[in-house]
Amino acid sequence: MAREIPIARITEAVARLCREANLQLPPDVLEALSQAQRQEESPLGRQTLGRILENAALAAQEGIPLCQDCGTALIFLEMGQDSHIAGGDLHEAIQEGVRRGYRDGYLRPSIVRQPFTARRNTGDNTPAVVHTEVVPGEGLKLSVMTKGGGAENKGRLAMLSPGAGAQGIAGFVAQAVAEAGSDPCPPVILGLGIGGTAEKAMLLSKKALLRRVGEPHPDPEVAELERLVLSRVNDLGIGPAGFGGRITALAVHAETFPCHIASLPLAVSFQCHSARHREASL
Amino acid sequence: MSALRLRSPFSAAAVASLRAGQEVLIDGVLYTARDAAHRRFVAALDAGQPLPFDIRGQTLYYVGPSPAPPGRASGAAGPTTSGRMDIYTPRLLELGLRAMIGKGGRSKELREAMVKHKAVYLAAIGGAGALLALAIKRAEVVAYPELGPEAVRRLEVEGFPALVINDTHGADWYEEGRGRWRRGGG
Repeated sequence: MAREIPIARITEAVARLCREANLQLPPDVLEALSQAQRQEESPLGRQTLGRILENAALAAQEGIPLCQDCGTALIFLEMGQDSHIAGGDLHEAIQEGVRRGYRDGYLRPSIVRQPFTARRNTGDNTPAVVHTEVVPGEGLKLSVMTKGGGAENKGRLAMLSPGAGAQGIAGFVAQAVAEAGSDPCPPVILGLGIGGTAEKAMLLSKKALLRRVGEPHPDPEVAELERLVLSRVNDLGIGPAGFGGRITALAVHAETFPCHIASLPLAVSFQCHSARHREASL
Repeated sequence: MSALRLRSPFSAAAVASLRAGQEVLIDGVLYTARDAAHRRFVAALDAGQPLPFDIRGQTLYYVGPSPAPPGRASGAAGPTTSGRMDIYTPRLLELGLRAMIGKGGRSKELREAMVKHKAVYLAAIGGAGALLALAIKRAEVVAYPELGPEAVRRLEVEGFPALVINDTHGADWYEEGRGRWRRGGG
């Protein structure tokens, strides 16, 4: 017998996660920002990190969103193959959760229909972008990432030549960060998707942003690449808010996947310092 | 360098005295406008119509606030990326716009236009939406209410923190700051 998960629980959970994500930074993000403040050598950079931390405290305390850009609602769904969603349409339940979360939470709706023509705001931040994965077990895990447009706009994909190797990867990422400058709200967290195909690499780079900030990849080779890229990026001098400083990125998270003999896909996703995401297991 | 207290709209003399890298705390009036409002401004000018407010000497803040919760003047109100406004801005500088607040670098063409028209560009900290909201004491929609978060608002602010990025002499703090802290070949 499959375990039943009533549809209303999913709507409620999504609504709550959207609100909470926009008001409270995860503890690991706060810790990474505090550590950055201790390490930053630029006085203006330290002051800026202080204001970013003060902003986080004020948002939680006053109930004002961390950022006016309450983001695209990105939902990662890990659905146990032995679970059964009962009582309605799963994807409609998720959209309803986003609708309620944004309306009841005074969160800014930032989604427009007709991306290249009229660009009319849908008014309730729907539709969310949903990625679904079927996994063993009978649970349902929801991760909600509310992703700001400034950082998302800097995302990149490169189909590198396999000979590019680690140095080629680091060079491409450093170049992307240098060109992005202060636009993506540094200090950023960089998600890298390496391998797979073009779209697989992009998705890996996004999922990498859900990892605990600064925790190295368990594979030592990948962890070494993360360190190399972080060091190259933090040599750029962009600093907090782009005002100049050592800490341009808080962390680099890379995920890999096997790929074709002819390919080396590299995807880069930028996450701003307001790295908002929230998880729930139903 | 300590922060300089400034009243907006800024005087021509105050703007001329600002230097890239100067921290300021702004009191007074800011008008909000982002992508959709800028498209409408330029469409109005193309049609020979006036802008919905007199922009001479004023300060534009590139922001689309989140909805104000009950009892608050404003929801979160941090800056959006300014570069998207670059293509519309020269027309506004010609009409006398004196200052802009946003985040992120401006195009070379726009920086030259700022020098020519003696205007400044300041940055607020991107992502500090709650902190900046608390500097807003009043907010009133003055044009395009149908644009929702992108409507033009008249804000009254107190102690709104910003940093001068582009001054009227052509300096750019993003370049200077980066140059100062860059290591190796970058």
